[in-house]
Order: sequence, then C-alpha cells, then structure tokens
Amino acid sequence: MRPQAALIGVGSLPPQRRTEGASTLGMLARAAKAALDDAGLEKSCIDGLLVGPQVGETPQHVPATVAEYLGLQPVMGNVVDLGGASGPGMIWRAAAAIQAGMCETVLCVIGNHRNPEAPRSPNRNPIREFDVPFGASGANISYALLKQAHMARYGSTDEDFALIAHWARANAQRMPEAIFHGQPASVAEVLASPLVASPLHLFEIVMPVAGAEAVIVTSAARAKGRRAAYLLGAGEKITHRAVSQAPDLTSGPLKPSMARAFAQSGLSVERMSLLSLYDCYTIMVATTLEDSGLCPPGQFGAFMRAHDFGPEGDWPLNTHGGQLGYGQPDLAGGMTHVTEAVRQLRGSAEGRQIKDAEFALVTGNGATMSEAVALVLGAEP
Amino acid sequence: MTDLSTLKVPGPTEIPLTRPFWEAAAEGRLVIPHCTACDQPFFYPREICPHCWADAWEWRQASGQGWLKSFSMVWKPGHPGWAPAAPYAVGLVALPEGPVMLSHILAPAPEVGMALVLAPTDIGGRVLPAFRPA
Repeated sequence: MRPQAALIGVGSLPPQRRTEGASTLGMLARAAKAALDDAGLEKSCIDGLLVGPQVGETPQHVPATVAEYLGLQPVMGNVVDLGGASGPGMIWRAAAAIQAGMCETVLCVIGNHRNPEAPRSPNRNPIREFDVPFGASGANISYALLKQAHMARYGSTDEDFALIAHWARANAQRMPEAIFHGQPASVAEVLASPLVASPLHLFEIVMPVAGAEAVIVTSAARAKGRRAAYLLGAGEKITHRAVSQAPDLTSGPLKPSMARAFAQSGLSVERMSLLSLYDCYTIMVATTLEDSGLCPPGQFGAFMRAHDFGPEGDWPLNTHGGQLGYGQPDLAGGMTHVTEAVRQLRGSAEGRQIKDAEFALVTGNGATMSEAVALVLGAEP
Repeated sequence: MTDLSTLKVPGPTEIPLTRPFWEAAAEGRLVIPHCTACDQPFFYPREICPHCWADAWEWRQASGQGWLKSFSMVWKPGHPGWAPAAPYAVGLVALPEGPVMLSHILAPAPEVGMALVLAPTDIGGRVLPAFRPA
C-alpha cells in the first residue's frame, strides 16, 4: 500500500552547544508549539503522539509523560526507537496509523538538552559485553571502521570524504541557526582537523548539540487548502546493532529502504530536487549516495567532484547544512532532514530556497549503519 | 607502550550463558558457539542459534587465526579510562570459522587484510582475547 499523508507543520528549536537546567520535556513542548503554530491548527486537533526514547529523564511511559505535559489525550501513542532514523520512522508510522483509522492528526516530536550532567545508559547488552571491553566505546569507532573498510575496498581517499564535510559547512553558511554558521571549512581544513578515530577527522563528525524538532502529520484530505508536503513513499530496514555483526561494511540497509520508497512513489532518484541525507559522519553520506544508485559503488568521490551541492546547484544536498554543519541535536538530528525537506517543498526555506522544489529524498540512519528509514516527499499529493 | 593491565576500564559484563567464553579467554583460549542443529558457528554467544533458532549448540575451540577486516587507531577514546593507552587500535577480526568479532589489535600500524593471531592480553586486570599480527 502506498503511504499517503501530509506534513502540515514543522517546528525546530535552534541548536545550542550547551544548556543549563533545561528539560527534555520542556524542549519538546517548545518544538511542538512551533509546529502547531506553523500548521495553523488548534491543539485539540492532535489525537496521535509519537515520541523518541529519553535516556535518563523518562526511561518509561514516555508517550504518557509527554502527553500529560502537553495537555493532550491521544488515542494513539508510541515510542519510535530507531536511533537517528527515529524521526523519519515516525513519519511513516504516523501515516500508517492515520490510514488504519487509529487517529487523524499526529504530533511527531523528538529532542534533547545538553545539560552538564548527561545521563548515561547503563547498558547490559552484547555490545557492552563484547565490544566495549576491547576499547571500542561510542559511535565514532564504528563509523571509523566503516570508513576504513570503504577506503580499503575501493581506494577512496580522505580528500573524497572531506568534500562531504566541506559542502555541509558551505551550506550551513546559508542557515543562520546552524552551529557552524560563520565557520566554513575547506577540504584542507577538514583534513587538518585532528584525527579522533582514524581515518575519521574531527570535522567529519557531527557536533552534539541540544535541540528539538516536531512535525505534524495528517491525512491528505484533511490537508486540503494548507501548505503541506506529502509522503509519497517509504522504506525501512534493521540489520544489526554492533558493527561486528554488520552483514556488509560498504553498503547498508538504506539501500533496500530507498528502493522500496522509490518503488512506492513511482519516482526515481534522478527526479529528486533535494537530497536530505542523514550525515552523522562523512562515510554515511558516501555510502548513501552509492546505495541510492546516484553513483556506482566506490565512486562517490567522483560524484562529489562532478556536482554542485548548494541550493542553486545541480544536486542540492542537505541545504540546512546537514548535521555536519547544523549540529546533531541528539535523536532529533534525523528529524532535521525531514523538517528541511518540508520547508523546501513548501517554498519556505528562506535564504536557501531551491527553485521549484518538487520532490525530496529523506534518509534516517541509526546505530552502526544498521537502522534505516527512507522517505520520498513531494510538493503535491 | 602503556601497560594495558593498569587501565581502569569497563570489563566484560558476563552472565552465566557467556561465562565459558571469558573463562576460556582467561586461560588464553578462544571458544565460540557452534550450532549442532544447523552445523554453523556464531558469535557472540546467544540463548539460541541466530541462524536456525535451535537451542542445541556447544562451545568449540577456534583456531585463534583471523584476518583484519577493518580497524581504527583511536586517538580520543569514548571511555576516559582508555586515554592513557591512546592511540591504540581496535579492529574487526574475521575468524576462519566464519564469525567476525571486534577486538583489541596489538599493532602500531595495522593494515586491512593482514593476518592475525590470538594474543591473550591483560586489559584492566583481566585477560581478554586480543589479536596481534601473525
């Protein structure tokens, strides 16, 4: 079944390097209010609620806690726990819940603070038992292993990868809220930034920030007369958790997810006006470009050299700066790729608007290139 | 080179199911689960075989050989306890038996594809199954 839904409101809190005494709930509420205002709706219209996991502050009963805080009494509520793919994953679930008759209008909201005392998850699972004791804590090492594998298999170079970070920083100069607004980076500067986990340099890694993103989804029928973007296709796949269990190091679950999303929409990647691609690390964009079919496996470097990725370019890519330029507001980072696509398709991306934007590919990615969601959005139903 | 045995780092969070793996490691041996129903090895140990869901599996001694599928030299460790050892290498070790495991790689300049051999190493007060160039 083709997913059918309209994204009628978006709200984003500006990324902040640090917060003091903020609450996740408070930030979610601010983003939700912004999305509701953007949609021009009354809060009583919201009868569905999708939220992300909240390590530390609210480990359980998250939808009830968020609903209570916002004064909502939804008839459908759930947690979407797909790491960086959670945001895009919410959009397809919202559409499915609406199509199934569970509810009519869904608030999808996700975000986190950056208070000094960050809660840590007390994991007691296989990744904690079989990876951490050898010195492999955190996502940087996993993506370093993926980048090294790509370089070893295809001969891709640090310069190839640095182009991705360079373009993210370049596009962030058109986005005043971006954490790296005012700080462009040349390829040489990316390569001169310190190695964090070889072969990953600091500028190839997202900056963690506080932030929150919200999207209001309703039926295409209910969206009539409103400025909306439309869900035309979606795909999802989960393949593993720990990088040692990855079925493939140079291609990921986004490949079948994107293929499914394109098949549902009846569109090909060549029709996209915007590539809104999850970019926690440069390697993630490289693999996604190759998995999308835009370039052959191993050839993303040639693709990066052949095109212009700015809003006026031939392949607009992450016009909000991507997370590499905008900052990564924790789990909401993945949702920034949705909210930017909606703004572009509705013609409200001030100062960075793509001319006549028709279609957008949005990708979300979680854990170790192991949780994937792809969406095709359009300016018309 | 830093004496890894003195590091204050998180050790294995073993449970009864996984204890034989860590006990063998402490003796300098590498054992991995092998499903007796579908005749396939797997790693890490699980309650049931991830290939066929049979609960009939046994520990089998691995050869201790492997090759390096990928690696990273870690300059900024995710856990502060590892800072005195940085830069150090971790990598994905493809075992000839089939499974891939993440391990500590005792090599100053690893290369993808290099042959490795088991190198039981005291890390933070416990002997763990690290690897070194063969």
